[in-house]
Amino acid sequence: MIEIKNIVKSFDGREVLKDVSTVFEKGKTNLIIGQSGSGKTVLLKCIVGLFDIDGGEILFDGRNNASMDFHERGLLRQEIGMVFQNGALFDSLSVEENVRFPMDMFTEMTIKQKLERLNFCLERVNIKDSNHLYPSELSGGMRKRVAIARAIALNPRYLFCDEPNSGLDPVTSILIDNLIKEITAEFDITTIINTHDMNSVMEIGDNILFISEGEKGWEGNSSQIFNTHNKKLNAFVFASPFSKQLKEIKQMEDDE
Amino acid sequence: MGVLHHIGQYFLLLVKIFKKPEKKSIYIRQLILEIEKLGINSIGIVAIISVFMGGIITLQLTYNMASPLMPSYIIGLGNRDTLILEFSSTVLSLMLAGKVGSNIASELGSMRITEQIDSMEIMGVNSASYLILPKIIAVVFMSPFLFIISVGCGLIGGLITGPLSGAVTVATYVTGITTLFVPFYVYFSIIKTFVFGFLISSVPAYLGYYVQGGALEVGRTSTKAVVNTSILILFFDLVLTQLLFK
Repeated sequence: MIEIKNIVKSFDGREVLKDVSTVFEKGKTNLIIGQSGSGKTVLLKCIVGLFDIDGGEILFDGRNNASMDFHERGLLRQEIGMVFQNGALFDSLSVEENVRFPMDMFTEMTIKQKLERLNFCLERVNIKDSNHLYPSELSGGMRKRVAIARAIALNPRYLFCDEPNSGLDPVTSILIDNLIKEITAEFDITTIINTHDMNSVMEIGDNILFISEGEKGWEGNSSQIFNTHNKKLNAFVFASPFSKQLKEIKQMEDDE
Repeated sequence: MGVLHHIGQYFLLLVKIFKKPEKKSIYIRQLILEIEKLGINSIGIVAIISVFMGGIITLQLTYNMASPLMPSYIIGLGNRDTLILEFSSTVLSLMLAGKVGSNIASELGSMRITEQIDSMEIMGVNSASYLILPKIIAVVFMSPFLFIISVGCGLIGGLITGPLSGAVTVATYVTGITTLFVPFYVYFSIIKTFVFGFLISSVPAYLGYYVQGGALEVGRTSTKAVVNTSILILFFDLVLTQLLFK
């Protein structure tokens, strides 16, 4: 479980996050949604420690990130797996070397143990016979899968995904969404996904945090989103005529 | 941003770079790769340029110093000292700033804008140390070897062009390069190559590591790295010459 309390973050005097608090539960897919520039990526980067916060607290299962020393932070980071928007795979390393990288850096595993773990991770994300390919030889969907495999290589307690569906076709997006949801439940980890993909919101949103202009705009789950009267959220989620129609149909069904 | 900000940030980065490595064996593997990429792969271009420059210096000395009052072995001697004192240390370092420096800046810049560096940081890896320390050690370690190769190739260049142009015989040229040899010149130049090697690797690494933006900024940073490193090489050449020849 990750708890954030009254997070404040500014850049050059401009407040990007204003007093944001919430709890991201373990074993569930927690989504952060919001318009571009609303502060959701900044929030995610604050939680993982890429940005220092100006105020508030971030608690990883009760452990305060801010009060940790350099060594403790290093250990905490080894419990974190992150999937970046474009995968962020190391260009100079093959698929196998990318997934093995955290094991090489932080474990004393034997070559055989590493190979077993590597194959397990790659099979878990449905990547086969691609061990010796380089990131430039992979499709967008494969890159995301390899990035997920690398993120889970050290059995993380916390998984972060920054727009995992960007640049993917709808079918591959659903596959990636389902994969993240399955992994979250299977390994009982705390997963936080930063997205503005409405399919993801509806399909895998166990907990949804809506960020609007740096503030917490709404919080709930995917079924509650249809019944909310929050104007900003409705304007964001049901922006297209198609999704507006969908909401009306859903409400009519609920009324009946 | 001001110059002071850059100087401060550069030294803070150096502190981060020289922290204790997470796993020595991985760093040693990286170091070997960097020695090959940045050092050994530069031998070819260093040799080619040095052979030509040695030949050109020999010809220039022949045409400009031809005098009945001057012994002809001065051509070999002049070529040797020019190579040792300035060409194979300073000019070669300026050339390496272009080849190695732009390579380092663009590699780290690309890694930064594609979030590969962020990805390492989140894993708990000291990205500055993992990515930059092996490059600095590799370039500093290889610089004296490249200097020696350059001097050797330059002397061979002179040995080819001098007798071919009819300006000097092989025997006189060899007499020239073995006469009035001052070992201090070699020590002085090797000290310079250590300093220049550090600049060639650390300044572009600093600029590439902190790049912001997209591909265009990476390109600009690469150019900026070459220009800034070249200016710093010339500045430190001046300072070291003044300090060590006093």
